[in-house]
Amino acid sequence: MSNTDVVITGIGATTPLGPDVTSTWDGLLAGRSGIRALEADWAETYDLPVRIGASLAEEPTEKIPRVRARRLDRCEQVALIAAWQAWEDAGFALPSDDGEDVEPERLGVSIGTGIGGPVTLLEQDDNLEQHGIRKVSPLTVPMLMPNGPAAHVGIELRARAGVHSPASACASGAEGIAKAFDMIRSGKADVVVAGGAEACIHPITIAGFAQARTVSTRNDDPEHASRPFDVDRDGFVLGEGAGVVVLESAAHAEARGARVYGKVAGTGITSDAYHITGNHPDGIGQVAAMREAIEQAGITAPDVGHVNAHATSTVVGDVGEAAAIRKALGDHPVVTAPKGALGHLVGGAGAVEGIATLLSLYHGVVPMTLNLGELDPNVELDVVAGEPRKMELSAAISNSFGFGGHNTALLFTTA
Amino acid sequence: MADKTELLTGLAEIVEEVAGVAKDDVTADKSFVDDLDIDSLSMVEIAVQAEDRFGVKIPDDELANLKTVGDAVDYVAANSK
Repeated sequence: MSNTDVVITGIGATTPLGPDVTSTWDGLLAGRSGIRALEADWAETYDLPVRIGASLAEEPTEKIPRVRARRLDRCEQVALIAAWQAWEDAGFALPSDDGEDVEPERLGVSIGTGIGGPVTLLEQDDNLEQHGIRKVSPLTVPMLMPNGPAAHVGIELRARAGVHSPASACASGAEGIAKAFDMIRSGKADVVVAGGAEACIHPITIAGFAQARTVSTRNDDPEHASRPFDVDRDGFVLGEGAGVVVLESAAHAEARGARVYGKVAGTGITSDAYHITGNHPDGIGQVAAMREAIEQAGITAPDVGHVNAHATSTVVGDVGEAAAIRKALGDHPVVTAPKGALGHLVGGAGAVEGIATLLSLYHGVVPMTLNLGELDPNVELDVVAGEPRKMELSAAISNSFGFGGHNTALLFTTA
Repeated sequence: MADKTELLTGLAEIVEEVAGVAKDDVTADKSFVDDLDIDSLSMVEIAVQAEDRFGVKIPDDELANLKTVGDAVDYVAANSK
């Protein structure tokens, strides 16, 4: 691994707070909630205990033409939209007959997802059951496969240096960025389009999460349902969306005079080897991930002024992460938990929250944790509540943890 | 035998629905692959919809021979009930 500096030159997102990065960021700073009552009648049909979700602020079909959209699972649609935005934001034009802005052999893609296209799988299974094989779409497999989002982006942008799709549940989006960082550091690519996507709000996923007792049932008050670190939290709220960034070697970015948001200075990826859904009680994997990122960045814990927490609003998870942050970094970092506003975007979460962390560094402001009324006394950290906090930052960590015991920490620094 | 003009109109509607090619561009002389840029996956969908609409069977080995829109119209005209 070389010491190539890796910078971020483009960002894109479509989330429950807005159809792009600007509206999402503004929503975080304004204290808006992306969580609402689910409109679909199936919550009632199946008598689900959970009837709230963080659905997209804008339907993907507002941006993707009809015929193209029908060939893409919703998860692939949101990835494509976020990638278009990030690509344009980086100052690149889409490949055309005239050529490409980035040499295809030096361009990679790394976009993760938790489960890919389960909704397509279920729809096509219904078609098979009800109408037989003739009504099963020939696009069934490419629409449901979890590498579909990354593959479509790779085709769209003409990326030939490798297309990857980490699947590490709720850490997938962060791991997408970490993999991209490695691709550039190893010299495999000059530019990598990276992030994560998810779009699986469906009765079966809601029912599954509800049966695992991990989701909030505060159905009568959707906007206040997701409350990370608050004493009254009762689970996460399932969301959907995507975040994509353009990572670039500093030399490549400098040569073309690109605007730079900041650097990815280090990443940490560890695994708990403990339980399929629960975190290790001592937080060993989470602590090790943060430490690994710091070490790779060549800085020390006191340099990390801010942590964008994974904190999903579950009773056990939030306290565990708070302890891990204290252990790995100390009690000085200013912490926020964007899932209070965004809900939990699963495979999209780590990427969207990574973008938020980057923007906190870039703009010098940390958004508040929405719905944090009374801090859990077991969370012995400085968690931003009530209003955004302005502060100069030089380094910040975004944490993402996933079912399976996946821990990813992304360490961003100012350029 | 069904009226070929009607068949062409119906087929053009299916092609527009599945592949997004404007109906007016779906003319008898056009090749599905080379002119209309329709891939093998969309051809399967178009065949299934054509079967339902025109009451005809299009086995895979026949589908492979339907290179142009005109080929498809002729096949359906000759084989529909």
